[in-house]
Amino acid sequence: MKDLIKQLTEVWGPSGQEGAVRGLITAAVKPLVDDLRTDAMGNLIAVKRPTVESASGRRIMLAAHMDEIGVIVTHVDANGFLRFSSIGGVNPLTLLGGRVAFGNGVRGVIGIEKRESPAEEVKLEKLFIDVGATDKERAERLVTVGDVGSFDRQFADLGDRLVAKAMDDRVGCAVLVQTLRELRSTSHEVSFVFTVQEEVGLRGATTSAYGVNPDIAIAVDVTATGDTPEARTMAVGIGKGPAIKVKDRGMLAHSGLKNLLVRMAKDSGIPYQLEVLEFGSTDAMAMQMTREGIPAGVISVPTRYVHTPSEMVDYADVLGAVRLLVATLSAPMEF
Amino acid sequence: MLLEQLSNAAGVSGNEAPVRDAILAYVRDYVDVTQVDSLGNLICLKRAAGAPECQRKVMIAAHMDEVGIMVVHIEGNGFLRFRPVGGIDPRVLLSKAVLIGEKMVPGVIGQKAIHLLKEHERKQVVSVDQMFIDIGAKDKADAEQAVKVGDYGVFATRFASLGPTMKGKALDDRAGCAVLAELLRGGPYPCDVYGVFTVQEEVGLRGAQVAAYAVKPDVAFVVEGTVCDDSPKKTDVSPTTRLGAGSAISIADRSAIADRRLVQFLVDTANRVGLPYQFKQPLIGGTDAGRIHLSREGVPTVALAVPCRYIHSPVSLMSQADFDNTVALMKAALSRVDEVVK
Repeated sequence: MKDLIKQLTEVWGPSGQEGAVRGLITAAVKPLVDDLRTDAMGNLIAVKRPTVESASGRRIMLAAHMDEIGVIVTHVDANGFLRFSSIGGVNPLTLLGGRVAFGNGVRGVIGIEKRESPAEEVKLEKLFIDVGATDKERAERLVTVGDVGSFDRQFADLGDRLVAKAMDDRVGCAVLVQTLRELRSTSHEVSFVFTVQEEVGLRGATTSAYGVNPDIAIAVDVTATGDTPEARTMAVGIGKGPAIKVKDRGMLAHSGLKNLLVRMAKDSGIPYQLEVLEFGSTDAMAMQMTREGIPAGVISVPTRYVHTPSEMVDYADVLGAVRLLVATLSAPMEF
Repeated sequence: MLLEQLSNAAGVSGNEAPVRDAILAYVRDYVDVTQVDSLGNLICLKRAAGAPECQRKVMIAAHMDEVGIMVVHIEGNGFLRFRPVGGIDPRVLLSKAVLIGEKMVPGVIGQKAIHLLKEHERKQVVSVDQMFIDIGAKDKADAEQAVKVGDYGVFATRFASLGPTMKGKALDDRAGCAVLAELLRGGPYPCDVYGVFTVQEEVGLRGAQVAAYAVKPDVAFVVEGTVCDDSPKKTDVSPTTRLGAGSAISIADRSAIADRRLVQFLVDTANRVGLPYQFKQPLIGGTDAGRIHLSREGVPTVALAVPCRYIHSPVSLMSQADFDNTVALMKAALSRVDEVVK
């Protein structure tokens, strides 16, 4: 599964530009599902029908988002430097000295204006991208206003732990693909939905959940941790198993569904953690509020350095998330 | 001229009737069905030409409402306290003439004369809760003869043509309304077109949300009057849009990422018919597209705009050529819209 994670994290796909990610996932899941479609927003919806008939079968939507955070060019100046804004939550500190890649393969370096004092806050307006052009006209042959870029960074396998850009949420996409590969028997109709534009406001999940109209919804996404030096207090760490969300800033997980996931983890001998995240949210927030309301929960892959070019996960947690999802889909979902 | 009439009309969010009436009178004879929904959106259906092959629905939205103020309290001495409706920079309010309520009662947002200002006051921005409107009433009872709590107020600005440019209040988005009205007078087009004049955009895209749900479009365009910041600057930064440089196409803003196929469709159309266009600086502002593209199972949507300097203030300024070019670009786009909604 490491190869799959490497492939998925290295492909380019900021919010609104998920085509390459969708192509990769389409190729991986096509032989495994009964129906495959892309909706108006670009969400990829892969449906696996029940393998066994049962009165307890439900319609389940799983969501993992294909998009990653990035930058968008807002202005090209006379000397060919690009000014930019962020797509999703980008901390300017994580950009300094880094590189970005545009959809056409053009690369650029992030530079910063002089600062009046070392204490001065690093703001996005102070940064620019240098694509190696000598003037505006040459720069505009490479990149124009409205073009988007992602972090330019390779996957690294550290053994037990893996580091990459866009682990948020390609690791979730990988968990869904791997779950499809390992799922032998289910009484449920499961829609594996690879969503777009999560990082700019859960937009793909909003429309795909309306379209799928499921009985139960589960998002697979990353969550923050509190296990690094002087970290903000949080009782989640990497290597302690997948996290089952209790709440975040945008939602309270359905308690029945949360308890079911806990029971499945215990019964299957999968280590797990309970997650209370004090910031951020996931596609589950949008799915929960769809139509008449949908019981929703989240299986999270604990991730250090979220929204930086080097997001770190523990490989055992990823495998645990797959096992938990396979076990859950293989059993009746009563709560 | 419709734009002049619309710019002068009072239509703060939640009270768009005067604007709606003017539009309805202008387009009624050129569309097949008109409907005002429960929130006040005006939905006009212009059916496709002949026996159309196109089975798709195209929605074009422009919002009728403007930013303004609402009276929240009447003081014992007859002065009115107020709050902004929609986003208004308090610095543009002082010493402005306003018109309050249905009777359009004239008033002035009062300000201490410079003779009386203390040194530190000259450097301060007065907050809205310190401001008041003076309608010349002698006391509370007198004021209540003319206005009441909950009345809306608009800037008392009259539209005028300044040659190549036009000035007026509320060009955001009466410019878009006037463009859309001209589109409905034109045509017919290859697909059914729903011209939707929305309410309450300035307070959270509320009208567009329910209108898009009702119309169920297959593709949507939003026509706006948008930010233009092309005044001289010391550094080489984006003007957001430029006056006179053509329709501004939004690739992404705070509310929506445009469907790239539609962006390309507008660019191709502009190139084909030889009309100028520009890209609006990304990630500035938001439009009804924010709600429309998330309606039901999702709707491919793009916004384009007439650049307007000084929007959300008592007076904004736009180019006649940008307006005409936006009408021409959208007409050309609609005449081949069946190619993009297959």
